[in-house]
Amino acid sequence: MAKIAILSYIKRNSLVHELTGTTKLIFFIAWSVASMVTYDTRVLVGMLLISVLVFKVSKIKIRDIRFVLGLAAVFLLMNNLFVYLFAPEYGVELYESRTVLFTIAGPYTITLQQLFYHLNMTMKVICVVPVALLFIACTDPSEFAASLASIGVSYRIGYSVSLALRYIPDVQREYHNISQAQQARGIDLSGKDKLFTRLKNSVAILLPLILSSLNRIETVSNAMELRGFGKKKKRTWYAKRQMKRNDWLTIGFVLTILVVDLVVTFWDGSRYFNPFL
Amino acid sequence: MTPPVISFQDYSFQYMAQAEPTLRHINLDIFPGEKVLIAGASGSGKSTIGNCINGLIPFAYPGKSTGKLLVDGVETEKSSIFELSHTVGTVLQDTDGQFIGLTVGEDIAFAPENDCVPQEEMKQLVDKVAGLVDIDHHLEYAPQELSGGQKQRVSLAGVMVEDVKVLLFDEPLANLDPAAGRSTIELIDMVHERTKAAVLIIEHRLEDVLWRSMDRIILMNEGEIVADMPVADLLAGDLLLQHGIREPLYLTALRYAGVEISKAMQPEHVDHLVLGAKEKEKVQNWFKEQKAGIHTAQHGDELLRVEDLKFGYTPDKYNLQDINFTIHKGEMVSIVGRNGAGKSTMAKLICGFEKPVSGAIYMEGRNLEGDTIKERAARIGYVMQNPNQMISKPMIWDEVEMALVQSGMSREERTKRVEETLKVCGLYAFRNWPVSALSFGQKKRVTIASILVQRPQVIILDEPTAGQDYHHYTEIMDFLKGLNEKGYTILMITHDMHLMLEYTKRAIVFSEGRMLADTTAAHVLNDPELVKAANLKETSLYTLSLVCGIEEPQVFTECFIGYENREVR
Repeated sequence: MAKIAILSYIKRNSLVHELTGTTKLIFFIAWSVASMVTYDTRVLVGMLLISVLVFKVSKIKIRDIRFVLGLAAVFLLMNNLFVYLFAPEYGVELYESRTVLFTIAGPYTITLQQLFYHLNMTMKVICVVPVALLFIACTDPSEFAASLASIGVSYRIGYSVSLALRYIPDVQREYHNISQAQQARGIDLSGKDKLFTRLKNSVAILLPLILSSLNRIETVSNAMELRGFGKKKKRTWYAKRQMKRNDWLTIGFVLTILVVDLVVTFWDGSRYFNPFL
Repeated sequence: MTPPVISFQDYSFQYMAQAEPTLRHINLDIFPGEKVLIAGASGSGKSTIGNCINGLIPFAYPGKSTGKLLVDGVETEKSSIFELSHTVGTVLQDTDGQFIGLTVGEDIAFAPENDCVPQEEMKQLVDKVAGLVDIDHHLEYAPQELSGGQKQRVSLAGVMVEDVKVLLFDEPLANLDPAAGRSTIELIDMVHERTKAAVLIIEHRLEDVLWRSMDRIILMNEGEIVADMPVADLLAGDLLLQHGIREPLYLTALRYAGVEISKAMQPEHVDHLVLGAKEKEKVQNWFKEQKAGIHTAQHGDELLRVEDLKFGYTPDKYNLQDINFTIHKGEMVSIVGRNGAGKSTMAKLICGFEKPVSGAIYMEGRNLEGDTIKERAARIGYVMQNPNQMISKPMIWDEVEMALVQSGMSREERTKRVEETLKVCGLYAFRNWPVSALSFGQKKRVTIASILVQRPQVIILDEPTAGQDYHHYTEIMDFLKGLNEKGYTILMITHDMHLMLEYTKRAIVFSEGRMLADTTAAHVLNDPELVKAANLKETSLYTLSLVCGIEEPQVFTECFIGYENREVR
């Protein structure tokens, strides 16, 4: 089967890999909260440096995740573009000053304040993306459900996530097979046809795929019930690992960052660091 | 006397969505440590019996039941699927579908996880059980990295971990190649020895199951038990044939030769068969008589030629190499080999789904290299194993017409073609029916029709009879044979040795990405070395001919097939 580049677990030996799934999940959540909350440039720069460092430590290469990275870049670009289109003066409002660099047309001027706002916004995303990607790329899928359960998510939900991961390769293979067989019957999904025809054609692949997936679900849910899934409120996990010293250190570290982040951000009563006043 | 571990007492069951009961007045006791085979055609109710025992009925599939069913002394109605899972371990037919964990270790640990067994204890338990079924060196493996036989071991370990009293196997052989099937039966036998659990096997492939001895056989038909007796007794009678189950081939051959099958012959297993001088003589005489009638087939013109083909999904490993063969017009050829030998990959290359690294495929002398999938599809039809993976329209007519609509043919022309194709496939009467009203075998025909309508010169079928009982198997294969007689060239990918032997004269054997042989079907199964290398299994006809002192086992097999085709059908 042809290789389809999507984000998945990448096995390497690194400090990040050695941490338990629970630690990485907590890190990811705390980190996201920290970067969501703040618009403080000083904090963001600090976080950005740390996330680059963590990425280095993980031994994951840019090339391993370039597809998702590219996708994230496109979204980021679009986001910036639309924010500018709909609110070209937002930065001016926020930072209560206006330094015009040049004018494009009509209301669309480029101000230093707007650029600074975009810089902050972009940094927020850039802080989170590596950590989010690392969470997925460095967490053994086997540990996924266990780590979700350990922070209080119902194990049924945790297991659905893990099961989805388990069946992604199977469904991919099936999609591939079905689409090949349908192509042999003249169903073309390449760019040559009109959009409507292509949509119609994709049904020819999706319908059998959905039906066979439903079949699969029936088998799995029977197999799970026959082996006692859902019997008790709790369950234990074969693949769960014990928390070690590094785990506690990491959690302590990220919580400290979160606290520092909140303190610095709200100290002066505003989420924004304003260099213009 | 020990009480039975499973006891059906005048038990009947009707699924909620069905008008008729699926099980009628079942009376059946299974005792601890027994080894019982439940056989029956599709729709005979044999799988329903299994579902009643493990609790899927009534807890997952509700319905109406009367009478009583006791499992380990408890009435199932008053129990739960979880309670029952401590007594009955079920290995389902679909080894892929029931693999729940992301690795072997996790999958085996699934039941103890749900039981809140502490991790330390669980790891020890998993190691122990994995050792029992010989999979302890693969605990870290993902399901995709395992062979069909290994997955079966994992499934088995996953239910044995509960220390159950009954092991229930629902068609354990359905997706396995012959050699893997044989080792599965050996494995079940070994587990039975070691655990002393009662073993129930639901299967219609009798000869394969009987590779190891069974205490009893239950024959089902239309929801009733028609026979419950020692295996030898059933084989000596003619109940099997009456109820659409194929008896072991060697017994059929003996019957053809005019030998009466009796209990004293020990008919359960070809290796233990006791034949007197008189019987052997009968077989020898029959052989001489038949041998005279054999004639060799003639070749048509060359249609498809594969030359020095090499292919790999990744650059560092070839999945296929040194492939050379020629298919002639009007032939019906089997491509055989174990799972993963490269058979399906070969078909994908012919259809143009994948591109070879080097080498070429010619159709009537023309290199297909530059042709797209669509262009090739006009001459080469490909039918997938599971019809549900191909059917994408709710109505039969639309499904068959689909390829033609795509090609932009005029309406009259389309109608003419579809009608013609439906007639060829025996589906004309159903032309305005929805696909969902059809049986599995009929759906298969619809998919074949939807390919035939493009009038390809050659049709490639992937496992055309997988999972079918003898009746449907015969129905599909006779249909294909009919097509072949009408001039269609047919290539079949299969690991069903009966199919290869009975329906195709020629077979191409694949093993680990290479072509091992290109010879007559009978020869393949009578060459012990070839059989071993390709993970196949010699037929019992081979053994029978040796038992009877016939020195040309291959010709004997050919005689048998020839006789069957001429006299029986």
